[in-house]
Amino acid sequence: MLVKKPADIQPSEITPESVYRRRREFLRTGATLLGGGALLPGLALAQQGDALKAAAPADLARTPPAPWWEGKFAAIEPAPSSEPFFTSEALTPYRDVIRYNNFYEFGMNKSDPSNRSGDFRVDPWSVEIAGEVARPGRYHLEDILKPHALEERVYRLRCVEAWSMVIPWIGFPLADLIKRFEPTGNARYVEFETVVQRDSMPGVRSPFSIIDWPYREGLRIDEAMNELSFLAVGLYGSYLPAQNGAPIRLVVPWKYGFKSIKSIVRIHFRKTQPNTSWNDLQANEYGFYANVNPEVHHPRWRQDTERRLPQNLFSRRVIPTRLFNGYGEQVAHLYQGMDLARHY
Amino acid sequence: MTIPPGAAKLAVFALGLVPLALLLAQIIRSDFGPDPAQELAGSTGEWSLRLLLATLCLTPLRQLTGKVFFVRIRRMVGLFALFYASLHAFVWLSLLLGFRWHAIGEELLERPYVTVGFASLLILVALGITSPKAMVRRMGRNWKRLHRLVYVAAILAIVHLAWVSRTDFGETVFHGSILALLLGYRLWRRFARTAGQAARR
Repeated sequence: MLVKKPADIQPSEITPESVYRRRREFLRTGATLLGGGALLPGLALAQQGDALKAAAPADLARTPPAPWWEGKFAAIEPAPSSEPFFTSEALTPYRDVIRYNNFYEFGMNKSDPSNRSGDFRVDPWSVEIAGEVARPGRYHLEDILKPHALEERVYRLRCVEAWSMVIPWIGFPLADLIKRFEPTGNARYVEFETVVQRDSMPGVRSPFSIIDWPYREGLRIDEAMNELSFLAVGLYGSYLPAQNGAPIRLVVPWKYGFKSIKSIVRIHFRKTQPNTSWNDLQANEYGFYANVNPEVHHPRWRQDTERRLPQNLFSRRVIPTRLFNGYGEQVAHLYQGMDLARHY
Repeated sequence: MTIPPGAAKLAVFALGLVPLALLLAQIIRSDFGPDPAQELAGSTGEWSLRLLLATLCLTPLRQLTGKVFFVRIRRMVGLFALFYASLHAFVWLSLLLGFRWHAIGEELLERPYVTVGFASLLILVALGITSPKAMVRRMGRNWKRLHRLVYVAAILAIVHLAWVSRTDFGETVFHGSILALLLGYRLWRRFARTAGQAARR
């Protein structure tokens, strides 16, 4: 059995050092709130969010999936003010980020994931670490997150459907997690798998869908170890909504959005290149690499420009798409000597 | 009670404008969400296909009910199908392609769903141009020959829809079944008629 024996003291019972150190600030915040006559749960979070580049509107703030999440989100390192972990491009409003999603487990329409994910369960959540690692096992998400301090990153997201967003994520570098579980020399690829909750996912039950669930994605190990690769547990300073891939998802901003797999339950270190869902379905449309590249034609959508969302029919923002989504400085070396038109 | 044919025709005309009114209302209320271009392309395409299928329903309806009314409105419903197909093409050209004219050729060559959709539209345009009564008279027997192409246009529209769908084929199956039913009915009728003639001989 891979379920880890709980430690004597639950991680949730321990106050993180960063929070402990900020107790004065916390007291001050509390006093201000009391003075204002409004002490609502979640407001302390909103206050802390002030230092972040972006916080969710107070009326849309989310409740934590479990109490321990609140501690985890108490101290978040704000994004820096320079590329690549930040972009000064206008953020896509929170409302649009959480209402316009591709998450076919909940349905094909962009509004399905937000409208039809009400029954999705994110607590308890465990992630299986498998394959070529020194420390395989099934871990509670709380234990997975425990050693990682959360930080904010503002990334561009480019969907293969030729629309794009700018999103302030909360999370931690994927490389930090990978190092912790000590992959062996044989670990050349990392495979990720999305949860399948048949009862809460109408898209999985659809008779007309031809995806072979669970959804799978993968990266080469050096791509996974790149400083840009990010595991997100929140956005706009708040917890991830189900439709955005709660409770934990991948963000690889130089690749088309479908690579950034949602609601991860399995991370498998492999010697060989894993199959990925879209590649299995339509190999001529979706390659393993799926790097954003305006030069490589796609059978379905023009990739030379993108519609930056939100769009308005009368003032449309259509911008040229950049190679590697503008992150070439960080990732171009990964593909040196490779024919990108062949390895699309 | 009999409804004067003029009034009935007017009612059908008004009905044909309802989808346009709905689309405009959705645009004004910005119901189309953060990516209206994609949504508009989808809805105009859907309406055009629905009206094309509706056009194909009218001849069988007349044959089954004996009411001439159904054939009287056939041209108008067909022209509405052309109208929404043109809107669909315009949304594609303006909002999705951004009037980059040089890109049109590339799109037609590279993307089969564009090629097929465009071919379907061209047929509808040809049928629309030859739809006035004067043209019917002038073309004589050729008119009917040309207008049989409506079946090709409908089949191409379904192929276009199937090609655009990414993984869920529910809509294609739904509209495709209706078209299959309508074409099947015509084949069956034709077969029954020739069989009947043969028996008489």
